[in-house]
Amino acid sequence: MRESISINVRRSQLGRARGVGAGHSGVGHWRSERITSIALVPLTLWFIYAMLHLVGAPQPAVAAWVSNPINATLLLVLIFVTFQHMHLGFQVICEDYVSNKWQMTLMILGAKAVSLVLGLLASVAVLKLALT
Amino acid sequence: MATFTLPKNSKIGQGQSFKAAPGAIRTKEFKVYRWNPDDGANPRIDTYELDLDKVGPMVLDALIFIKNEVDPTLTFRRSCREGICGSCSMNIDGANTLACLKAHDEVNGAVRIYPLPHMAVVKDLVPDLSQAYAQLRSIEPWLKSDTPPPPDAERLQSKEERAALDGMWECILCFCCTTSCPSYWWNGDRYLGPAVLLQAYRWIADSRDEYTGDRLDALEDPYKLYRCHTIMNCTKTCPKGLNPAKAIGEIKQLLVDRKG
Repeated sequence: MRESISINVRRSQLGRARGVGAGHSGVGHWRSERITSIALVPLTLWFIYAMLHLVGAPQPAVAAWVSNPINATLLLVLIFVTFQHMHLGFQVICEDYVSNKWQMTLMILGAKAVSLVLGLLASVAVLKLALT
Repeated sequence: MATFTLPKNSKIGQGQSFKAAPGAIRTKEFKVYRWNPDDGANPRIDTYELDLDKVGPMVLDALIFIKNEVDPTLTFRRSCREGICGSCSMNIDGANTLACLKAHDEVNGAVRIYPLPHMAVVKDLVPDLSQAYAQLRSIEPWLKSDTPPPPDAERLQSKEERAALDGMWECILCFCCTTSCPSYWWNGDRYLGPAVLLQAYRWIADSRDEYTGDRLDALEDPYKLYRCHTIMNCTKTCPKGLNPAKAIGEIKQLLVDRKG
């Protein structure tokens, strides 16, 4: 009913549109998202190709493959780029769909923390295989 | 979270049905969204069966016929009836377009007509566009220049400089693109939307304008600009065949270029 509508925003539409102004950020995020996604194409293809060759191989053969400096380096690059891309993408999803500011901030920080921990865990695993 | 279902008082019910006059040979159904702010009722879909031999070829002709001959309470915006004023933008057969440029024989079966999506409805097919207009005002869509114009002539452009504005000056601000954009649906209070960003780029690309840097500064924001995820609904739906997504891409490119 019309009577039940309460207006609690009297700020002008222009005032709302201008808001608090531009944040002067977003370019770096946008650029890294694109660069990481392009880099992931060859890295992922290489990874799938390598894994298909290692299917059924015994543990020492896999360890020997990882201890090759080129393979170890590419694996670390793949891990870094994957988790970088993951938290950048998750941030966009949260900003798009989560309208509560605190909930959004918590989810973004949580995703960054999870990406960091998982990325470090994967890197340490690769280094352990490569260096022992 | 973003709202994915309609609130209770926005759920759409079945409305009235109007039959064509007896003796009509060629008929077509028009299912039209109706909502009246004054009666406290939920929105409804009214069905009008029209005699195509009495109605002009466009959806707007059908709406005008309904208003004149069947149901004078039907409310919609229209002015030029030839695709240049941008008033009769609405959602027809699931896509935003201008009722005056959409022929009803392009639609198979009943023609479903709704207001532009995800905007507050004033009445029936009339959406409240005041937020979008204010966003347009916020990007200052006028020439800004410190160099005074020649006292006895216009500010001149080369043919190439003038050609850079093609595909942008044609925009009639019907907001079909903006209201087709899911990013604008979820974050329209902060994201400027494709129509306004196309206009922003129209002034960035104008060789006579001297405030390009300031204009880019004002757009460099995670919400105002970067909510665009290249979904391309804007370009697909534009009734004038323009490409707002390309203009937004050009803005993003300039922002990257100036960082070095």
